[in-house]
Amino acid sequence: MVQSIRERYRVQPVRAHKRNWPFPLNIYQSAVGRKWVMALTGIGLVGFVLIHMVGNLHVYEGPARMYEYAETLRTLGGGLVPKGLILWLMRFGLAGMFALHLHAAITLKDMSRHSSEDSGIMSGAKKYAGGRDHIAATYASRTMRWTGPIIALYLLFHLADLTWGWWLGPDFVRGDPYHNVATSLASLPVAALYVAANVALALHIFHGAWSIFQSLGVNNPRYNHLRRGLATGIAGLILVGNLSFPILTQTGLINEDNRPCPVNDSTGLVCLAEQAEGH
Amino acid sequence: MNDTISVTIKVWRQENPDAPGRFETHPQEITTDASFLEMLDLLNEQLNDRGEEPIVFESDCREGICGTCGLMINGRAHGPQKATATCQLHMREFEDGDEIVIEPFRAAGFPVIRDLAVDRSPLDHIIESGGFISVGSGAAPDANLTPVAREAAEKAFDAAACIGCGACVAACPNSAAQLFTSAKVGHMALLPQGQPERWSRTEAMVEVMESYFGSCTNHGECHEACPKEISLDFIAYLNRDYVKAKVKNRALSGQR
Ligand code: HEM
Ligand code: SF4
Ligand code: FES
Repeated sequence: MVQSIRERYRVQPVRAHKRNWPFPLNIYQSAVGRKWVMALTGIGLVGFVLIHMVGNLHVYEGPARMYEYAETLRTLGGGLVPKGLILWLMRFGLAGMFALHLHAAITLKDMSRHSSEDSGIMSGAKKYAGGRDHIAATYASRTMRWTGPIIALYLLFHLADLTWGWWLGPDFVRGDPYHNVATSLASLPVAALYVAANVALALHIFHGAWSIFQSLGVNNPRYNHLRRGLATGIAGLILVGNLSFPILTQTGLINEDNRPCPVNDSTGLVCLAEQAEGH
Repeated sequence: MNDTISVTIKVWRQENPDAPGRFETHPQEITTDASFLEMLDLLNEQLNDRGEEPIVFESDCREGICGTCGLMINGRAHGPQKATATCQLHMREFEDGDEIVIEPFRAAGFPVIRDLAVDRSPLDHIIESGGFISVGSGAAPDANLTPVAREAAEKAFDAAACIGCGACVAACPNSAAQLFTSAKVGHMALLPQGQPERWSRTEAMVEVMESYFGSCTNHGECHEACPKEISLDFIAYLNRDYVKAKVKNRALSGQR
């Protein structure tokens, strides 16, 4: 059959229309809806990172208060619910948010990548043969698809390091976070890794916390000028707080020289509990 | 002042949509009073005189209202001057000795037809999918029959200034068409005449947009490239209206 020039050169959609999923899943089928989910999970994750950072400031009060804080997390909900239940619910919620955020990020990146003939495999960003000049895009916005995966890898490292204790080995004492932090971050390569990863995290939040407003359509010209400052403030706060732990351990502010209790998971923990009672 | 500058034009040449393209270099002496497109016209005359193929590029109104003339100039959509379409750019924006790289607007949704001309019909498909608006089409209605707040009219007019040039798509690292679509959705969503079909229109236009273009990550490059300085705020309103359109019970939309 002869194909007319018009047919031959009609611009073909990059994506075929798929059958609609039932409400509310159909929201997630569209890129705008998926970005909305990304923004909502982003809020949850920023909230977690902020609380996590502020909570960890307890290391500056010494091993006993740090022990007490960790114990408080396990006993959230008081006697009403079994010990550790709320903490586990929060962990599942976080894992779910991470999974959604990650899935949306990867699929939307691919969508953008296929929308240009020539684009970066990792960043999905379009390339011009003659180069291009960015005006509004920031370093942070252009590296979201690099800082994101860096955070994901760092998260796995961090869990293996301070939750599961994989490489501290016999030095790792479950239930004594002060000791674990002080021991792990005393190693220069580990501290350097924490610094690098948290710079990536801060960059991610610097763009993300601004981007949330656009993605959700929370927009009022009267307050729009505050968004940039808010995002910078949150990213800066998280950066300063999180960087303080590896840096101050390296400079010796966080150490175990004046530790009142022995380091082990039997008498050590009992001693920490008694110390915590006493304040 | 009538200065003459020497520049080196490095321009994209491509025989047809399927041919591989390449850059071609031409030295040019040009008065700074010439517009950018006049410079290309003069270059084409020289090419013609030498029996070579002239460079294909699009233009129509040459006064910044038809939206056909977009070019990527030195890595910027519509060139270095803000809020200016290619046809309104003048050679005085360049210096003696500059190299000027000219490429077509790029996106998978904008296939090259030849040289610098691209097919921007996906933008038309987005508009088509928006469908009709319900207005009385009998005799001309009385002026001011439908009251519109002045601020709303102004804002709608800001959005309606979009000329559909596609610079936003070209400038976007994701090749997203969010700024264009949000301007088109926005100018109707702000006016009473646009309310009856507001939710179905938003839904349809976003879905056609997403079948051709990429996903917005809020870089803001589109706004910088836009000859009409369409605001990023419209993208936020589009995102909000899209999710609302999915959730809303349209039978009750008259009740707010
Ligand atoms: C699992 C690792 C992560 C990956 C792979 C990832 C990836 C991404 C990507 C690709 C984007 C889209 C960039 C854009 O639209 O410009 C994004 C947005 C965002 N991310 Fe992440 N991210 C991760 C973890 C995090 C964490 C831990 C936080 C919180 C501290 C976070 C907060 C945000 C926010 C707030 C946004 C903006 C959402 C929006 O534009 O509406 N992300 N992420
Ligand atoms: S929004 Fe601006 S850049 Fe995009 S098509 Fe309209 S006028 Fe051109
Ligand atoms: S030629 Fe019409 S806008 Fe440039």
